[in-house]
Amino acid sequence: MSKRIGMEIALAAAEAVALCKPDVVAAYPITPNTHVPEHLSDIVAEGRLDAEFICVESEHSALSACCGASGAGARSFTATSSQGLAYMSEIIPIASSMRLPVVMIVGNRALSGPINIWNDQSDIMYQRDSGWISMFAANGQETIDMAIQAFKIAEHRDVMLPVNVNLDGFQLTHVVEPMEMPDQKEVDSFLPPFKPIATLHPDKIVSMGTLGLPEIFNETAKSKDEILKDSRRVILEVWKEWEEKFGRKYEPIEACEARGSDVLLMTLGSMGETAEVAVEEARKDGISVGLLKLKLWRPFPFEELRKAVKGCKVLAVLDRAVSYGGPGGPVFSEVRSAFYDMQERPVVINEIIGLGGRDVPVSDFRKIIEKSVQAIKTKPEEEYEIFGVRGS
Amino acid sequence: MKKKKKWPEDWQDLNPGCMVFEPGSAREYHTGSWRAERPIFDESKCIRCGVCYIFCPEGCISQNKNGYFEADLDYCKGCGICAHECWPRAIKMIEEG
Repeated sequence: MSKRIGMEIALAAAEAVALCKPDVVAAYPITPNTHVPEHLSDIVAEGRLDAEFICVESEHSALSACCGASGAGARSFTATSSQGLAYMSEIIPIASSMRLPVVMIVGNRALSGPINIWNDQSDIMYQRDSGWISMFAANGQETIDMAIQAFKIAEHRDVMLPVNVNLDGFQLTHVVEPMEMPDQKEVDSFLPPFKPIATLHPDKIVSMGTLGLPEIFNETAKSKDEILKDSRRVILEVWKEWEEKFGRKYEPIEACEARGSDVLLMTLGSMGETAEVAVEEARKDGISVGLLKLKLWRPFPFEELRKAVKGCKVLAVLDRAVSYGGPGGPVFSEVRSAFYDMQERPVVINEIIGLGGRDVPVSDFRKIIEKSVQAIKTKPEEEYEIFGVRGS
Repeated sequence: MKKKKKWPEDWQDLNPGCMVFEPGSAREYHTGSWRAERPIFDESKCIRCGVCYIFCPEGCISQNKNGYFEADLDYCKGCGICAHECWPRAIKMIEEG
């Protein structure tokens, strides 16, 4: 039976990963995600988890070790943040193109520079096009649930892709929250043992990671794209099963008070929790506003998004990363592109908030709601803005 | 006999992760087609030391039954390392064509 716990989310994430019985954990400590592998190493040292914990010398090695282990048929896990994730860059698309179902927890943190250890989502957005399944937790419960779901999704025979589960650094990683922690029996009944397509074993020779000539490269790209898009089907299946077993519902986009609202906010990650408070307050003041919490970033839920904005007049997309010299925030860019062929589409505005750990209190969300209400009448001149910048 | 396909025709035919289940298949890929220059071995100068065989990065140089060395031109990329290393200067690179 699930147990009600109060625990730092990073530690709870490690406990949840341990329930999935990974064979190999390879990680290098980096703020703010350090507590995840640190606690896993404790669990291994205590003998609660029979896993090989590899103390690697870098994140490049951490993911390389996970890829090798996964190729050998081991359930593999790693975790990182920011510069560590950037240091993994070379291996990140290799894991997906080799169809190695590695699971990674990313404690989201700003990419340097200037050097900054605090939260935003620029680290994972930098890896956006690498062929991984990517999901975002809004709180502790979602973090542990997604960590367990991630293994099942990744290792499904139709998927066989790596998955990253994102939780905002500090805002989530270092916060103590009440959570329901499933027990070992429940996780065992949900998550079957990993059955790899092939393993690196001399008894049955296989080559992995071979050269792909120009004559097949277009086909490999098509295959990567189709398989990642098709993983949506499996993700929805797994989430349905999770809801039946554990009673907690997961959807690519969670809608709060969205139906019939003139204004919708759209969030990714932990800011959804604060935005929800602001939306509740604003609704009490008679403002017609709702909230869409995006949970599935890749594959991007285009269909669900188009349905969710039906009837809405203004959609304010809140990003926690900037695509410099581009269209604004990365979520905004996807959202606008999703609406291009729609006859009736809302005005979309983009507020880039909370960069490098800048605090975004409820009052800031209220200001954004206010601005969105004004946008019903007059569309703002600027398509996007970095919210609260001094001097503008 | 039906000619074996060199690569999968359609994207659906690719193995997951482009895994190769047939051992030794790299042999079918003739890297020699890249070559701009080929090595010519002069047996009158060769002392059969095998330094060319040791340094060849492609591993395509082998010793024949007379003890002299020759390159397998299916795989020799024409890098010229053998000629550079051969201290009796028994190997000369000449242009293909």
